[in-house]
Amino acid sequence: MDGHVSAECSVPVPRPLRRRWPGGPPRVARLALIGIALAFLGAFVALPLLVVFSQALAKGLIVYFAAVSDPAARAAIGLTLLTAAIAVPLNVVFGVAAAWAIAKFRFRGKSTLITLIDLPFAVSPVIAGLVYILVFGAHGWFGPFLQAHDLHVVFAVPGIVLATVFVTFPFVARELIPVMQAQGKDDEETALSLGATGWQTFWHVTLPNVRWGLFYGVLLCNARAMGEFGAVSVVSGHIRGLTNTMPLHVEILYNEYNYTAAFAVASLLALLALLTLAGKSYLEWRQPELRHAAHQARDRLRRVRS
Amino acid sequence: MAPAATAIADRALIVPNRPRSVIPGFGLTLGYTMLYLSLIVLIPLSATFVRSMGLGYRHFFDVVSSPRVLSALRLSFGAAFVAAAINAVFGLLVAWVLARYVFPFKRFVDALVDLPFALPTAVAGIALTALYAPNGWLGSWLTPLGIQVAFTPLGVVVALTFIGLPFVVRTVQPVLEDLDREVEQAAATLGASPRQTFVRVIMPALWPSLLTGFALAFARAVGEYGSVIFIAGNMPMKSEIAPLLIVTKLEQYDYAGATAIAVVMLLLSFSLMLAINGLQGWALTRHVGR
Repeated sequence: MDGHVSAECSVPVPRPLRRRWPGGPPRVARLALIGIALAFLGAFVALPLLVVFSQALAKGLIVYFAAVSDPAARAAIGLTLLTAAIAVPLNVVFGVAAAWAIAKFRFRGKSTLITLIDLPFAVSPVIAGLVYILVFGAHGWFGPFLQAHDLHVVFAVPGIVLATVFVTFPFVARELIPVMQAQGKDDEETALSLGATGWQTFWHVTLPNVRWGLFYGVLLCNARAMGEFGAVSVVSGHIRGLTNTMPLHVEILYNEYNYTAAFAVASLLALLALLTLAGKSYLEWRQPELRHAAHQARDRLRRVRS
Repeated sequence: MAPAATAIADRALIVPNRPRSVIPGFGLTLGYTMLYLSLIVLIPLSATFVRSMGLGYRHFFDVVSSPRVLSALRLSFGAAFVAAAINAVFGLLVAWVLARYVFPFKRFVDALVDLPFALPTAVAGIALTALYAPNGWLGSWLTPLGIQVAFTPLGVVVALTFIGLPFVVRTVQPVLEDLDREVEQAAATLGASPRQTFVRVIMPALWPSLLTGFALAFARAVGEYGSVIFIAGNMPMKSEIAPLLIVTKLEQYDYAGATAIAVVMLLLSFSLMLAINGLQGWALTRHVGR
């Protein structure tokens, strides 16, 4: 087909140009487009990443390790790990349950439910923190009750976990729903008809089928859980060594003009982001349909409805 | 197939009240989904609306129409709009280059597009500030030209552009990859210039996804906090965003004021989300319609 086109054109045009994309921009324009795109990505994405590491190491490795192993930094790292260790499993259980209900059954209001699951994405992180203050704060709905029993939610670890659960709420569900929908329910029906129980079917049939989608959701959920700033900042109270997560610790150090230490802790979070991207690329390579899974969820749903 | 069908039929006979599907766990999973959704998201969110009703119409209106709040809302929505527009242009370009051309380190560049998703916003905030500050790598080039980025509204736009980039690229890229090249080749053999092919053939197929990406980037940018507060300078009436004003009011124990601003932002964000849902439906009907 391509050869046909160039054979018919009497104008002598260099072959590679014609072969790839007849009617497309010539080589110079193509290089210019690539150049502009890379320059844009460089200024907005690559340079910020480089600047984190360059600032963190600006005063040498000794200062870097001192900043990272400072007791307040270690406490912040511990709290961040603890928060993610609670928030991610909670959202995994929810994501699996929601995906099971949505992918395996037909019921009214399914599309509304999917929209509601996405709701936390439409809410500003600051408002996510605010809602828990309105519910659990001193002047909140349960405030007097909590105070009477000396329970602390807001400005304490439970509040940080709750705010994190809120902002990471949709991640696992929205990755898992399309994967489970694509899997259909033939495998499960076969297993059940052969005498497997519901749990056996889930553990031995469904879960292995959707494991890559589940890893993908966990990866993204974890990255957001460890990196969340706005929501956690509102409910934390910023008590150093007690209610400071890593991103909050970065802010405190930065506001104290302790830039090297701030960037040192930030570089750990940047490493986490790079690991997340590497894991994401790996999973997308294993399972190419994961890439656009989130979009397919809505599409498939609409097709079912119409 | 036949034994399976009989088994299903047998079950249905034994338990007539069962839902039509043989798969168990509908009640359990949907029940848990609804319970968890209500406890974590719906009930806490409704607290904002209930609280704001307690304010009284007068007080609510006074808070929301104060010049400082209006200016913060204008900055949040205005800067988010400009950033989403920048992303629509450059995101389309990046998606185009990634979908169409071959160049060194392409996989790496492709993965890098998602960095704003993965990098914690506070880290992005201090990194962009260090970069665009008057003595930063880029700021020291821009300042002599009279362009002040950090600590001005322009800094807010830069941070929001960073945050929104993946939304446009990742919405447009799959559509570009699916686009049938033969249609473009047909246009070219029929004598269309590259520009005509782009405007008349490619863009009509791309519009819905581009608009969806724009709306997603806009929605995310409106509520963004972490990456903005470091670079913005946070001067009231000038470079103070609405989420920061909520935090400021909270720190002054002005819960009523914080709630009122939050309600306005929530209402605007929810309308935006409904619009995005509608857009995606439109995009799909167009996509299937072709």
